[in-house]
Amino acid sequence: MSEPLLQAVNLECERDTRLLFHNLSFSILPGTVTRVEGPNGTGKTTLLRILAGLNDAFSGDLLWCGEPRSHLRESFLRNTLYLGHRPGIKPLLTPLENLRALMAGRRRVTDDTLSQALAGTGLAGFEHVPCRNLSAGQQRRVALARLLIADEPLWLLDEVFTAIDAGGVKAIEALLQQRAQEGGAVLVTTHHDLQLPGMQRIILGGGERDDN
Amino acid sequence: MWQFFHKLGSPKWFYGIATRFMPWLLASGLLLLAGGLAWGLAFAPADYLQGNSYRIIFIHVPTAFLAQSMYIMMAVAAVVTLVWRMKLADVFVKAVAPVGLVFTFLSLFTGAVWGKPTWGTWWVWDARLTSMLILLFLYGGVIALDRAINDEKSAARAVAVLVLVGVVNIPIIKYSVNWWNTLHQPATFKLTEKPSMPVEMWVPLLLSVLGLYLLFGWLACLRMKTEILVREQKTRWVKDLVMAGRG
Amino acid sequence: MTTDVRPGLKPVESGVGLFPAMAAVFMRDVRVAFRQRQDLLNPLLFFIMVVTLFPLGVSPEVEFLRQSGAGILWVAALLSVLLSLDHLFRHDFDDGTLEQLVLQPQPLFALVLAKTVAHWILTGLPLVVLTPILGIMVHLDGNSIAILCLTLLIGTPVLSLIGSIGAALTLGLRSAGVLLSLLIIPLYIPVLIFGTGTVAAASEGSPVAGYLALMGAFLVLALTLAPFASAAALRISLSNS
Repeated sequence: MSEPLLQAVNLECERDTRLLFHNLSFSILPGTVTRVEGPNGTGKTTLLRILAGLNDAFSGDLLWCGEPRSHLRESFLRNTLYLGHRPGIKPLLTPLENLRALMAGRRRVTDDTLSQALAGTGLAGFEHVPCRNLSAGQQRRVALARLLIADEPLWLLDEVFTAIDAGGVKAIEALLQQRAQEGGAVLVTTHHDLQLPGMQRIILGGGERDDN
Repeated sequence: MWQFFHKLGSPKWFYGIATRFMPWLLASGLLLLAGGLAWGLAFAPADYLQGNSYRIIFIHVPTAFLAQSMYIMMAVAAVVTLVWRMKLADVFVKAVAPVGLVFTFLSLFTGAVWGKPTWGTWWVWDARLTSMLILLFLYGGVIALDRAINDEKSAARAVAVLVLVGVVNIPIIKYSVNWWNTLHQPATFKLTEKPSMPVEMWVPLLLSVLGLYLLFGWLACLRMKTEILVREQKTRWVKDLVMAGRG
Repeated sequence: MTTDVRPGLKPVESGVGLFPAMAAVFMRDVRVAFRQRQDLLNPLLFFIMVVTLFPLGVSPEVEFLRQSGAGILWVAALLSVLLSLDHLFRHDFDDGTLEQLVLQPQPLFALVLAKTVAHWILTGLPLVVLTPILGIMVHLDGNSIAILCLTLLIGTPVLSLIGSIGAALTLGLRSAGVLLSLLIIPLYIPVLIFGTGTVAAASEGSPVAGYLALMGAFLVLALTLAPFASAAALRISLSNS
């Protein structure tokens, strides 16, 4: 087995004096899909934001390719794709403009590639419609179009299936599966009953401290 | 060295040390302040120009002095908060900011009281008074931001950034207010003409300043201890402390 | 540092350079602003209205207006910038763009600087353009108007830069607008003093090059320090959300 991309060692996070999780250790290996599970309020989103580098109110260590992440911040950011609850889509811009702006900081892509990605998520013909005129599901799809052209090896996806119809869900599941086969690593939180062969689990919840 | 640094950051350790030192701070502070004030108010000679009204400097100058140096101390603590994430540093900022606000207000108030007999009016847009007024705003901002953020750690770091931005600005504000003052007013009578002050005046002044510093130390310890108890209420040592206090 | 990050996929090494990334951030803000032109107009209308209040509320006498005109315009411009600052990061915060911005591999302070420059071009610069008209309405002479425009040209970017720190600190808080003003107004005082003081000196016939140079120094200081403070504040505010 190859070296883990991201390793968490003894993560502990407290939010408003409530302990969300502690002694949480795991490794994310290339070629795996991992699902973060747990009831509402157990810190799934918080964990993903910590892993993405948005939330630094935690203790414990995060290793990126075996070294402390803080030493390799740029390499980590270049190689990680995070999609949150709020997908970063501007309602006033068109899907194409949104996607172009989101990719602009990461790598050069032609508009053709972007249009193809949008078509791949079923948005063909909507490239030039302002996003505020699209449905919630369609807006979500604009953000998901990034997955079709993303080359980051680590994906952190928070509630990707929200507002997506059954067909879309199938397509995303297939995409994640394919991604793992290519050697990428995917971490997802979802309330949707995601079942993929070989899927790993991180189970949160029962956040009571048991060592005192 | 690091061991010591780590210890210094431990609220429990600080709580113990503070409890031991506080009576000394209080006693020596009161003694010096009382001495300085008694000397200044009753025995120092009257000013040849202002008569007895100048005697308010024995309160005005120490409060103004302390109000300004408290902001600098907060800035040092803010650096420690941001760089080393030491809990105690942000406890200090949180505990001291309201004290700073009160001291700034006191110095403004005593300045106004002094202004009445000196200039014949409660408020003059004098450079020093105006600078102190802006300092009051800065303290107000720090406290308002601290109160507005629910999460304790975020509040600590956001406040630290604000305090640092403020401390960079303080010299610029002072400089521009002085310049503004010369632009708009002919040189008026300045508060606190230090060089011409005879020994009988500045020695009691020094005593009051020192005394107030010590009292401030006591007050800061007291407020920090309270804040520590609130923050650490779930830990074993605070629970033990409270139980011991009851039994 | 490990280069073969992923066995199955080729590693992402070369990315986008700093300037293209900054340009993209800048262009997005400009484009969004032009899709909602009313928002661009609001600070300008506010600026004009505040200036109008003074002749109505204090005195329409030529002498009074000539004397306080520069100050009135400066205060109105300052308030107008302050009013627009709330939007600087707010929309990006609400729709998630800000999270993506923070996670871009380029240094955050540079991206924040790009946003701040966009903010200035969209709000500060139009105020400067409008100033001559309002200057005539408050009976300033030509020379004073020229100097006033110059001080606003140097001063308004400082307002945007310092303001970005406050906007970042108050992001996502209740009553952020009022809090923002409380935090930022004291920091605006030096710029205001030198902005109006320079015009006053000019109208007395004193040389103003030195004062303008000093304001330039404020601008350089704000350019070098404020983006770092804003970036740090943004990380803190996002960490809390």
